[in-house]
Amino acid sequence: MSWFQRTDKGIKTSTKDKMDAPEGLWYKTPSGSIIHMRELKANAYVCPEDGYHVRIGSKEYFEILFDNNEFKELDASLSSGDPLNFVDSKPYPKRLKKVQEKTKLVDACRTAVGKMNQLEVVVACMDFSFIGGSMGSVVGEKISRAIDHALKHKIPFIMISKSGGARMMEAGYSLMQMAKTSAKLHLLSEAKVPYVSYLTDPTTGGVTASYAMLGDFNISEPGALIGFAGPRVIRETIGRDLPEGFQSAEFVLEHGFLDFIVDRRHVKSKLSSLLKMLK
Amino acid sequence: MLLEFEKPIVELETKLADMKQLALDSGVDVSDAVAKLEEKIETLKTETYRNLTRWQRVQLSRHVDRPYTFDYIHEITDEFIEIHGDRGVADDKAMVGGFGRIGQETFMFIGQQKGRNTKERQERRFGMPNPEGYRKALRLMRMAEKFNKPIVCLIDTPGAYPGLEAEERGQGEAIARNLKEMFSLKVPVICIVIGEGASGGALGIAIGDRVMMLENTWYSVISPESCSSILWRSWEFKEQAAEALKLTAEDMQSFGLVDKIIPEPLGGAHTDLKAMSKILKEEILSTVQELSAMSESDRIIQRIDKFSDMGVVVE
Repeated sequence: MSWFQRTDKGIKTSTKDKMDAPEGLWYKTPSGSIIHMRELKANAYVCPEDGYHVRIGSKEYFEILFDNNEFKELDASLSSGDPLNFVDSKPYPKRLKKVQEKTKLVDACRTAVGKMNQLEVVVACMDFSFIGGSMGSVVGEKISRAIDHALKHKIPFIMISKSGGARMMEAGYSLMQMAKTSAKLHLLSEAKVPYVSYLTDPTTGGVTASYAMLGDFNISEPGALIGFAGPRVIRETIGRDLPEGFQSAEFVLEHGFLDFIVDRRHVKSKLSSLLKMLK
Repeated sequence: MLLEFEKPIVELETKLADMKQLALDSGVDVSDAVAKLEEKIETLKTETYRNLTRWQRVQLSRHVDRPYTFDYIHEITDEFIEIHGDRGVADDKAMVGGFGRIGQETFMFIGQQKGRNTKERQERRFGMPNPEGYRKALRLMRMAEKFNKPIVCLIDTPGAYPGLEAEERGQGEAIARNLKEMFSLKVPVICIVIGEGASGGALGIAIGDRVMMLENTWYSVISPESCSSILWRSWEFKEQAAEALKLTAEDMQSFGLVDKIIPEPLGGAHTDLKAMSKILKEEILSTVQELSAMSESDRIIQRIDKFSDMGVVVE
């Protein structure tokens, strides 16, 4: 005899009433390690026990990279239009508004300029929590303007990618952001300003096929998923299971498309050293 | 194989042919009836092709009889020499190219190539290039630049190949590199979508001074089917997805994302390869002439500026 009797089968709460889990005090990694949030934060959101890199956003990356978390954000208010009047299960502007309220972000990328170990850098960072970090006009435009800033002031550019790819709701416009950002990176390269592409979990689709793979240095974090096509699509195409570790940062390094993998706790010091060597 | 909206037209055309044959056999004068029927066909055709839905355009772009890259190259050029291989891994048959001569002028032609029969389709992976394809394309572009020949890219792909080896050999990197490098090409670059223009796989050879689309083609970030499966969680909403994506030549031109629409013969490119090729050839020749009048640096600046302006944001 159980203490509670379930009268109905299944979950009755409708999707719209589902609550997002509140940010807890404790974090459990996939391998089962449990860590206090305060300790996690002090460790650049890497679990000290098993080295698991927790997925974080621009707020946390800025905190990790910029000295004393001091930076000047660029084009902070730039937001998406709806050039196609795109409607799937809901209109695109409605979707945007809802995500903006939920994430407190304006779009899927933030850009800033500040000092990293006294070295001035421009950092662009994507937020996966905003429609899967998808790249639409705003992401493309912000990255382009950040590159313009780096170009004008001859400051190294660091791009932190974290994205499922292009944003379908902006269709053709999204696609052209790949071209646009690549054009800007061509100019940056001609001016011999260093560009570090920092690919984090996950980086796929149109982002991989444009700015994320165009760094003078392409670097990543342990275990990050990096690829062009998503694993599901590839599995369906080839009709068999994918080998273990396929499309992991380690796999991509092994095949020659990354310069190095760095533990997030050391990324600031390693990047500072590297960029200082180039001065 | 006929598309649904082609059937009524073909039915009338068959009737017309029968009537003409009958007249020939029997010697009866049916010229009035023939003229009437011909007029009816013309009206029906005009009506049908003026009112095509976006999904119907997608269907036309994939028509089994649709001309592919080589069909146009062979029609347009007086002489063509195919060049193979990326000098690294392989020769990708989904991406083809070579020098072609039209009169006294030499051009570098590059394009995705689909297959006509089962064996060829497999060999060419339905026009979905591997990284080697993009690297071969870039090698040919640099060669064109070295010998100061204009580049013509013909785009027709359902996407870059999503395979295991493609990932191992850096599909993303190969496309990304092309995007960046094409902005530095010193010779004129013309890109024409002749069939399907799917996502990064298309864009990987589509950074041009002029980007054009044939009338019955599509160009977008994703195919209507894949968009349907992701946003509607089913393959059944492809018509709706095509509408939502606004992926036709007309749409793309109205957004300023392509420069020009190249008209097709009534009924689509596949109904008259010769006429289509003639239009294409004239377009290529006049565009190259126009671009050749500009300086190298002006062309590059204009190319960069054009793509830099793409996007809609709210300040």
